[in-house]
Amino acid sequence: MNTVIWFAQLYIAVLAGFVGYQMIARVPPLLHTPLMAATNAIDAITVVGAMVLAGRGHGWLATVLGTIAVASAMSNVVGGFLITDRMLAMFRRDSGAAAAAKAAASNGRGMH
Amino acid sequence: MGRDTVVLGAYFISSILFILGVKSLTHPDSARRGMQMAALGMLVAIVGTLFLHEIVTFRWIIIGLIVGSIIGYPLGMWVPMTAMPERIAISHTFGSLAASLVGVAEYYNAYNLAPAHGVAHIEMAALGLEVLFGSLTVTGSFMACGKLQGFVTEKSVIYPFQNETNIGMFAIAVLMFFYLLVVPGAQLVFYAMVILATLLGVLMVLPIGGADMPVLLSLFNAYTGLAAAATGFALNNYVLIITGALDGASGFILSVAMSKAMNRSFTNVLFGAFGSGAAAAGEARSAEGLTVKPITVEDAAMQLAYAREVIIVPGYGMAVAQCQHQVRELSDLIERRGGEVKFAIHPVAGRMPGHMNVLLAEVDIPYARLYGMEDINPEFNQADVALVIGANDVVNPAAKDSPGSPIYGMPILNVEEARSVIVLKRSMNPGFAGIENELFYRDKTFMLFGDAKDSLGKLISEMKNV
Repeated sequence: MNTVIWFAQLYIAVLAGFVGYQMIARVPPLLHTPLMAATNAIDAITVVGAMVLAGRGHGWLATVLGTIAVASAMSNVVGGFLITDRMLAMFRRDSGAAAAAKAAASNGRGMH
Repeated sequence: MGRDTVVLGAYFISSILFILGVKSLTHPDSARRGMQMAALGMLVAIVGTLFLHEIVTFRWIIIGLIVGSIIGYPLGMWVPMTAMPERIAISHTFGSLAASLVGVAEYYNAYNLAPAHGVAHIEMAALGLEVLFGSLTVTGSFMACGKLQGFVTEKSVIYPFQNETNIGMFAIAVLMFFYLLVVPGAQLVFYAMVILATLLGVLMVLPIGGADMPVLLSLFNAYTGLAAAATGFALNNYVLIITGALDGASGFILSVAMSKAMNRSFTNVLFGAFGSGAAAAGEARSAEGLTVKPITVEDAAMQLAYAREVIIVPGYGMAVAQCQHQVRELSDLIERRGGEVKFAIHPVAGRMPGHMNVLLAEVDIPYARLYGMEDINPEFNQADVALVIGANDVVNPAAKDSPGSPIYGMPILNVEEARSVIVLKRSMNPGFAGIENELFYRDKTFMLFGDAKDSLGKLISEMKNV
């Protein structure tokens, strides 16, 4: 691997780490569970590397391992984004009539 | 050239969408929209990859994508919010499994494919870190999931020379890694390192008790990120490096936050030796000779009905009893009678960071009513009743005044400052850390024994009659 490319990668990793640190340090504890689910979903971008491995046709072992890798990463893509969205949809601000209506609706549900 | 531009452009767009997605998580109002954009970024990256000229067959890719989607859908839609910690743990396993398999296959191909080109020293650094952190997390996180789900004992498993064995194995794995940097072609060493790391994942989680799970999950979050970033280095793929760095940063920040909230040092966390704290529980003061004051449902309901301010302190017990709906109903009843209800959330309440917030949001409690420790602690002295539901260590005064206790120094919620404290508890068994809680023996503390869901149900019907 070319040294210039390697240093470019290092720059990107360090800068992304700094940006990530600054942004994520401001995520309120309220959203720490969705944060973990979200970073886990985004992290499943390894699916891209696995796809290359599974589709490159470099020997049966690499293809088998690649296919398993695609499946496990993809389960995080689908499951991770769905569950993050499910969670985030639940966080609501307390606001006037809308909240009151919601409260009434969920009371009805709670009585069953 | 043209196709490569499409792929690189796709990765560029998805990198930006990922960063914006994570940034949106700084506020609950923007978060959902932002994460939907991040999901779009993922779609762009996956579709873009299909244009890569290296790919000669789509059959296995498509099979993998379909199987993954079939596994992923139930994990996303059907898992209840109470099971979120084990859900996150199993997804760390899947994520790091993908990274490790890619690493192992790349290494194998470099030496066994004709023409064998071998692995350069720099490339070995990336591949080595990838499989080291990856395979450690595969088994470690699976064990964590087992402990949370109950198919592995939740108690810490302790045996002689445990820390010495673990640290020794870790040291050998690191030595192997450095040896490979010098001699990348030592294939036996490479595979032995993978096996050792896999084994270490199991052994390092064994001694960790249930109460330490928030730290463990955060730590594996960071490890998964490091493995993904290393994969990016190995494959020369910038979007992987960026997302890995984001994930690593989030895991690092959460680990630090959790260890602060438990008053453990960060080195303690990094080397996984934090479970041993529970072993020292024997030193805690014994509560023999003290008596607790049980309270009837009627009296408890009376107190809550006439309270002006009630602070509810949820803990893991609320998740276990799955009684968040009843908590919501009770808080509505208190409010209908003119009282004010606030929720006090300790950073390590539950089994993962933010667990309680998600459960309360699930039952439509607006997030403005969920208070963090720093914000709520000054308010306890104005509260008429502090209602503790399934929380134990996070309200244990031993953290403040008993230097021998394993949780000494841990910041806690000041429930004692409320005019009266009602504790919902199954029985008088000590909490998961095995520590006596003196709060239960204080003069103003009343114990309402029984399953939290049952007790709340009775409280609710009693409140309606008051």
